Amino acid sequence: MLTRREALMGTAMAAAAAATVSVLPAMAAAKDVTGLPRVKVNLIAPPFVHAHDQVAKGGPTVVEFTMKIEEKPVVIDGEGTTLRGMTFDGSIPGPMMVVHEGDYLELTLVNPETNEMPHNIDFHAATGALGGGALTNVNPGEQVTLRFKATRTGTFVYHCAPEGMIPWHVISGMSGTVMVLPRDGLKNDEGEPVRYDRIYYVGENEFYIPRHETGAFKKYESLGESYDETMTVMRGLIPTHVVFNGAVGSLTGENALKAKVGETVLMVHSQANRDTRPHLIGGHGDYVWEQGKFANPPAKDLETWFIRGGSAGAALYTFLQPGIYAYVNHNLIEAVELGATAHFTVEGEWDDDLMKQVAAPGPIPTN
Amino acid sequence: MSFRQLAVMSCVAAAVITVASAGGADRAEDRQPPIAMVETVMITPGSFRHPQPGEFLRDGHPAAAPQALAKIPHPFEIMKYQVSSTAYGRCVEALGCGPADAAKGGDRPVTGVSHIDAEAYAAWYSDVTGDTWRLPTDLEWAFAASERFRGDIEAGEADPSNPAQRWLALYRAESELDRRPDPEARAPGSFGTNSKGVADIAGNVWEWTSTCYANATLSTDGEGVDSVVENCGVHVVEGFHRTYMSNFIRDGKSGGCAVGTPPDNLGFRLVRQEPGLGRVVLRFLGIS
Repeated sequence: MLTRREALMGTAMAAAAAATVSVLPAMAAAKDVTGLPRVKVNLIAPPFVHAHDQVAKGGPTVVEFTMKIEEKPVVIDGEGTTLRGMTFDGSIPGPMMVVHEGDYLELTLVNPETNEMPHNIDFHAATGALGGGALTNVNPGEQVTLRFKATRTGTFVYHCAPEGMIPWHVISGMSGTVMVLPRDGLKNDEGEPVRYDRIYYVGENEFYIPRHETGAFKKYESLGESYDETMTVMRGLIPTHVVFNGAVGSLTGENALKAKVGETVLMVHSQANRDTRPHLIGGHGDYVWEQGKFANPPAKDLETWFIRGGSAGAALYTFLQPGIYAYVNHNLIEAVELGATAHFTVEGEWDDDLMKQVAAPGPIPTN
Repeated sequence: MSFRQLAVMSCVAAAVITVASAGGADRAEDRQPPIAMVETVMITPGSFRHPQPGEFLRDGHPAAAPQALAKIPHPFEIMKYQVSSTAYGRCVEALGCGPADAAKGGDRPVTGVSHIDAEAYAAWYSDVTGDTWRLPTDLEWAFAASERFRGDIEAGEADPSNPAQRWLALYRAESELDRRPDPEARAPGSFGTNSKGVADIAGNVWEWTSTCYANATLSTDGEGVDSVVENCGVHVVEGFHRTYMSNFIRDGKSGGCAVGTPPDNLGFRLVRQEPGLGRVVLRFLGIS
């Protein structure tokens, strides 16, 4: 039997209507990017970020990235609850891409034939075409390359945005972060340069897993099978899981984030769908770009910062005491019961001046 | 091998089957047609310009769908009305189909059914009727829809220097249709009958076809196709306008791949596969 593919390929087609001659006002032609230096960057999975310069060396560059979309089951908690996941490059959240203002970010997005769904990508950092969504629709078996100019600095969400199915793709894991650094690096509220010794990228996702009548979470054999019931739970707006880095406990224990006393850490927090409020228990945000946009001076000394759903923010903190810090979504129900907790293990010398236990717990004196 | 030889061989085969089935004759008599035969329309052969479904690129830019001169070489039989809620309900009762999202019963068209549901119904219905029923191809649907066929809402050729022109044109074209949501399925025949005698084409129930979505690159001269990526996880849906839906979608309003006006409802009608020569002979002999 003739497949449609064969039929299409073999069919002589009448030429479509003659191309119309367009009369257009002068438009911005792409500057010749062919002469620009190119670098190819291999992405790494969060909470880590690929190596990058905090202050740009030289002029604008075309920075090339490739992401493969992987649809796969993802275990999201310690009980083995399984999400029919859709992922950028295999991780939830998708990897962070770092460029500098004035650079061109050039992404090749690959949708392997083994996938079920069409996908695309909407970069909040990009201008036009629904953030690139309208120019990046790829079916299983296709790939596309999009280039956009990084004209605004800051941390920005990217996510999949296929027409009619946007929320489902996002709550199935398809979101990530782009960071556009100022060419001369980050500045504090006084305009003085600030640097970080480490960067951690915490992507927060919430999941809506349907349950059996017994209360147990359901498992599905395919994305299609999971669709109807997942949509029903999703429309209720109450997530079953709120997690960092794709799963309950994925940034605790063995995988806890590490730092040393005296080190400055940039914590980037990204949530593509829902408001959240990171808080470092026992620490602060020295400089916080709550909205994530580096053209605005950072707020100082924050206890908790607000990340709007559909945005990424950044907090810079120099650790002053050793110990275990919990980094949570300070809706504590979401942090403790639904999963949104990460830990920092910080090595170094204790500072008695900052804190001292003056008297250890003991009996309450009676006289 | 000549046609006569083939026919003779078929008769021999039929005779063998007759003998073989003699022992089970009482079982055959027990078999009741479990469902009333639906009204069908015989579509006579012809040819027409068929705007191809899918998305087309030329030199890397969206292009209008080519309009192939398509031939329908043989007559085919298509349901006059969309499959009803009651008929679909029987398949659900028989555990042949998953429940529809909008199961109201009655003779109104079933809605809230996915491509997977429609395929399941076709398989079940073929089983209970002994005929082969299937979803129409996009080509068959378009030909049967006749003057009511609209195809994709087209925005024409893209301007390579300004992709936004096409998006704006498409948006305007959809707005100009000025179609208001019309979610309630109506009694069969409510949307009238077209010139070929097929009812309710392009009403408020869109219909699944068996044609896969495809993304094709046209050759620069516009005379052929250089490459096609077919995605059978998405099928062509026909109705007031053409759209494309993932196979598991039951509600076109939230799950479409199309921009702009989504389908009010998703339903389907079936085509009866022309029986093969063997079955014709069996039927002639009163066996099938």
